[in-house]
Amino acid sequence: MSRAGGILRWRRASALRSSLPSGALAGERPPSGAVLFSGNKRLLSTAKTEPRICIVGSGPAGFYTAQHLLKHHKLAQVDIYEKLPVPFGLVRFGVAPDHPEVKNVINTFTQTAHSDRCSFYGNVTVGKDVTVEELQKAYHAVVLSYGADDNRTLGIPGEDLDGVYTARAFVGWYNGLPENRDLKPDLSSETAVVLGHGNVALDVARILLSPLEILQKTDITEDALTALARSKVKRVCLIGRRGPLQVAFTIKELREMINLPSARPFLDPADFKDLGEAVKDLPRPRKRLTELMAKTALEEPGEVVSGRWLSASKEWSLKFLCSPLEVLPTADGKQARAIRLAATRLEGSGDAAKAVPTGDTEDVMSGLILSSIGYRSLPIDPAVPFDPKRGVIPNQSGRVLGAPGLYCSGWVKRGPTGVIMTTMNDSFDTAQSVLEDLQSGALDFPDAKEGFGSVRSILQSRRIRPVSFSDWEKIDAAEVARGKLAGKPREKIVDPKEMLELIGP
Amino acid sequence: MMSRSISGLLRLGLSQAHRARAQVIFVTTVCSPALAGLHLGRCFSTSHRLQYVPAGGTGSTEKVKLNFINRDGDKFSVTAKEGESLLEVVMNQNIDIDGFGACEGALACSTCHLIFEGSTFQQLDPISDEEIDMLDLAYGLTETSRLGCQVRVKNWMDGLTVQVPTDVSDIRRELEVEKQTKQ
Repeated sequence: MSRAGGILRWRRASALRSSLPSGALAGERPPSGAVLFSGNKRLLSTAKTEPRICIVGSGPAGFYTAQHLLKHHKLAQVDIYEKLPVPFGLVRFGVAPDHPEVKNVINTFTQTAHSDRCSFYGNVTVGKDVTVEELQKAYHAVVLSYGADDNRTLGIPGEDLDGVYTARAFVGWYNGLPENRDLKPDLSSETAVVLGHGNVALDVARILLSPLEILQKTDITEDALTALARSKVKRVCLIGRRGPLQVAFTIKELREMINLPSARPFLDPADFKDLGEAVKDLPRPRKRLTELMAKTALEEPGEVVSGRWLSASKEWSLKFLCSPLEVLPTADGKQARAIRLAATRLEGSGDAAKAVPTGDTEDVMSGLILSSIGYRSLPIDPAVPFDPKRGVIPNQSGRVLGAPGLYCSGWVKRGPTGVIMTTMNDSFDTAQSVLEDLQSGALDFPDAKEGFGSVRSILQSRRIRPVSFSDWEKIDAAEVARGKLAGKPREKIVDPKEMLELIGP
Repeated sequence: MMSRSISGLLRLGLSQAHRARAQVIFVTTVCSPALAGLHLGRCFSTSHRLQYVPAGGTGSTEKVKLNFINRDGDKFSVTAKEGESLLEVVMNQNIDIDGFGACEGALACSTCHLIFEGSTFQQLDPISDEEIDMLDLAYGLTETSRLGCQVRVKNWMDGLTVQVPTDVSDIRRELEVEKQTKQ
């Protein structure tokens, strides 16, 4: 062994002793690297501190940000915090049960979580169990990726009547989101109205219209299956303020609706017959989408499809240029009976077109009204700037404005639209910002930070038991085992207390 | 980078010795036993294990050379089997493309979007409506774009070059940070 090697090893050991915080567990990584000494004076330091980064939220935004950081910085230690005991956010609670292939991203997220430099801390509510300020003391950078827990409201009378639900709560209910488990939606109305023309609106309609035999084989909750088995809903009317050229849903999901077994589509030819000219110059995605709707409205389908539609027991329709004015109550004033709509016309065209009331109104009779007009983020902590009007954290390329060391990715950064891939790209963008700032000296780096080492005692003093990734894997295994008995990929546990009991103290 | 130059040398050595009968598989170390059940072996370990598998054990003896140009301009040259999808090639050869193949080939995303040369594009099998549906959501869509999970390797593709499209974030930022971090 060379003398130089001996010196390097000795220095590394003493650097280790002096830098470990008291109470650090065995296995916590010390700063690595070599320090060259002459006598007792430090001449040259090439010590490499590990950047410690905290990510708040374990959905696609959190995991893709973590993935990018871990891949492009060989020393970075990334800790992902999550308020629920279980990870994956909307991949678990938002993606429809009959779209399991979209959930394949869980595999890549699981790989990320298994990295030595990544830790998961579930059951920790940032802003309550630990503040953002406390996290900033413990980490070089804090990335807020907590998504959108709220929704836009209609702001109309009757919105709070029984029978009126937000799509966000309805989706949460059938997907086992703990806060929505007691929704108990009333599905006894033959006509259901969905307000909104996005993919979430189509999801909700499709779940209401899908044959039970199909849903029974998915990871939809037991409770939702029982309720849907009793459902009287035969007709779903999807209502939008603007026209066919402004629909926000995408073609794959529309095709799926058109091909639903046992449900017939009703699209009014009057909505499509004059569109010919306008469609010609549209970009391909919008053009194909519009053409598919027009074809469904205007053309006779082939024999097989005709037969299927004739024998269909259920139906769905698209209604355009109607804006909700009021939910009308039943005689006792408690339940929804109908929705009053204002007829609108468009000013402007394309994505920027605005719906303006014409003065005419129309009532649609329905006791089940689902509002699917958009999710919305909430502020998490006074230390984090928030734009209540736009419902996002003000930022540039993921760097929170006016708050060095704070970053954001996903819906809380850019607004609650787009698919998993859109979030993936924006998370990579935020991760780039963090990496640049680590290099440029914009963060307290390379000063050492303690990371979870200092957060642990804070959580202990507040009696919070963080859930590790291997704890989640126990919950996962239990759900899969229960699902097997029912012929489903999993039976989701919807009570956080039950999850915590399962994993023990 | 290191692993590619090693693999390049090995490929050369092996091809001289066993050209028609050898197949080289590059495998990264699996991070955890849980991954054993997954058919994707992507992971963040930096150690690579080289595995020599005689062709008899894997079926096809046809080898097709493919070139992938990554977002930062890096070129990866690999040999693939006829019949594999381009997504499978990227996964099996561990070609390092950020976020590629998120839905693992289920036509539920557009992250395996690849851009072909005009002449190659014309010869590909016809595109389905379902593929166009997803392709239309891809960033940087071109006239010669396809989804890698829907294009299968054929013998005539020997020497083919595909380009990984740049995504929304500014590629220059990535290059700069990459250079500094590599040290």
